[in-house]
Amino acid sequence: MLLYFVFVLGIGFALKRYMKTSKDFFQAGRALPAWICGLAFISANLGAQEVIGMGASGAKYGLETAHFYGIGAIPAMIFVGIFMMPFYYGSKARSVPEFLRMRFDEKTRALNACSFAVMTVFSSGISMYAMARLIQALHVFDGLFMQLGWPKEGIFTFSIVLSALIVLLYIFLGGLTSAIYNEVLQFFLIIAGFLPLVLLGLKNVGGWRGMKASVAMVDPRMLHEWKGIMHPATNPMGVDIIGIGMGLGFVLGAGYWCTDFLVIQTAMASKNMESARRVPLIAAVPKMVFPFLVILPGLLAIGLPTPHTTIVETHADGAIYHSITVVPKEVEEGRGLVPAKINPVTGQAMLDASGKPLLDYDMATPNMLLHYFPTGILGLGLTALLASFMSGMAGNVTAFNTVFTYDLYQSYIRKNASDRHYMAVGRWATVGGILLSIATAYAAINFNNIMDTLQLVFSFVNAPLFATFLLGMFWKRTTGHGAFAGLIAGTAAAMLHHGLTLPIEAHPGVHGGWITVLHNYPSDMAQNFYGAIYAFSANFIVAVVVSLCTKARPESELVGLVHSLTKKPSMAHIVWWKRPEALAVAVLVGAIALNIFFA
Amino acid sequence: MSLDLRIPMGLMFTLTGVILTAFGLKTNGDVNLYAKSLGINANLWWGLVLLVFGLTMLYLGRRGQKRLASLPPEPVDETRSRLGH
Repeated sequence: MLLYFVFVLGIGFALKRYMKTSKDFFQAGRALPAWICGLAFISANLGAQEVIGMGASGAKYGLETAHFYGIGAIPAMIFVGIFMMPFYYGSKARSVPEFLRMRFDEKTRALNACSFAVMTVFSSGISMYAMARLIQALHVFDGLFMQLGWPKEGIFTFSIVLSALIVLLYIFLGGLTSAIYNEVLQFFLIIAGFLPLVLLGLKNVGGWRGMKASVAMVDPRMLHEWKGIMHPATNPMGVDIIGIGMGLGFVLGAGYWCTDFLVIQTAMASKNMESARRVPLIAAVPKMVFPFLVILPGLLAIGLPTPHTTIVETHADGAIYHSITVVPKEVEEGRGLVPAKINPVTGQAMLDASGKPLLDYDMATPNMLLHYFPTGILGLGLTALLASFMSGMAGNVTAFNTVFTYDLYQSYIRKNASDRHYMAVGRWATVGGILLSIATAYAAINFNNIMDTLQLVFSFVNAPLFATFLLGMFWKRTTGHGAFAGLIAGTAAAMLHHGLTLPIEAHPGVHGGWITVLHNYPSDMAQNFYGAIYAFSANFIVAVVVSLCTKARPESELVGLVHSLTKKPSMAHIVWWKRPEALAVAVLVGAIALNIFFA
Repeated sequence: MSLDLRIPMGLMFTLTGVILTAFGLKTNGDVNLYAKSLGINANLWWGLVLLVFGLTMLYLGRRGQKRLASLPPEPVDETRSRLGH
């Protein structure tokens, strides 16, 4: 683990000397090869929400979680590579909000920049919180604290400060390049840590077929991605085909992969237009393999037998020995390797609205690591876990410092300063962003499933955003006023929807229903997906209506920003199978095959 | 950018691989330790896999740098700002 930290910081220092201008710092000089950007593209997303969250969803919903890949991510990645990247990269915008200013107007950008800045801080705070809680639960630093005689309560704070310092240092020194390089490093580390886990787990339950048999004892619906999708009652997520296809695929997935600067920034750092377009497509290839790596540990964890307190009697030399294996209450009340949530005040298992114990799904993957890895490789597995947190955090932080510096500071606070000044601001924005994240980490203690929380934030902010981009890029009549009004309407619709509906097993409050409960959804996922659909539709309709009422911009100003007014990038000099379109078709075929496999 | 990522990455995985393999060799046959991983010496085997991966990366990185040194630097695509070129 120490070795990894040394390398992480080493890369930061090695890259420091290349950081001469703000362009180097914020955009990696736009000079990185496509494969590095491609791996960083998915690694930026491979944070807490991916490794822990997908394991948690795997344990909770089963193979249906693969929808996040097959429907949510891959089609959106193809779309962004083929259709949207020419506008992002070609417009020379330095960030997604800056693209919004070029296409629409200043206020749309300000709105997006502010909401995005808040969102990145929020996500990296959640990452940090999850990491600190995990370190606590896995007793990583307990030995160290015992030796130094520090109180155990300090571990939470210590882990947060430590991770924040490391991420801060390597971004402060090397900017986006350093973040991207580290994300690639983390990508391989995560594979190195989780692949043996999946292999050992599968071997233990008797291969793929054995896993199916053991999971079927828990809930046979968890083994199918598509079966039972027509009706919410027949699949574990409680979502129907409209919720999945429209909500996850069209709105949430596309909204995330196509408009979130967090992932887009890595593609924008590549060296030319062809590479930039190839980045999301290259990223889609390993993305297809990830369900095996991150969902299976969760599924295996729920399928394994629950450990119980056992008393074994052995007779030797006429005496009777009792060897008692005591299992803590949270494990006893849990299912498989997923423990139940214990109320820290009463010491009893927490119950949901229908009286069943609430399972702490976030512990599914970490418990698998502890269960299978002996000393030695366990260190590698834990490092991989920590790496995934840092990678998610770092992506958020670099996105935050770029948007803050270019879209808030340079635009509204100090317009014509020297390049060196902006670079310094970027560095200090990094510090500020991390400090704010730490504050968020302490606020994040009230949430059950990290994934649900993040999806909730996305559905408020990101889901309406995709409608704005779609209209902006493909309908030249869209105006700035229209886009702005649409964004407001979309976010308002998302919040209203969340306030009026409630998943069936939850209490009103943070899970929804804080205005009044008009409708009950079978699960929080269903609520999220439908919320996204409402937000998208509200944005779309309002943006179209307002655009038609306001004056359009002259077409000459929109060249390079709108599809119908932009020349297609010429691909004639590239052999046909090297063109992004060919790669896209190959990826699409792979994605369909994957969906059939999990059906 | 003259730092090829494959070199530090290769170094890191090679070192990790060496450490894991050494630890695996030292503890080979330790039944208690490997009861968790179904009696498989996970350290030894996975250490070897990482070692091979790390060395491959190092080799590729070195080769890439040599080729870069022998070739004139790749011209940066300056026309990318306008589409269609």
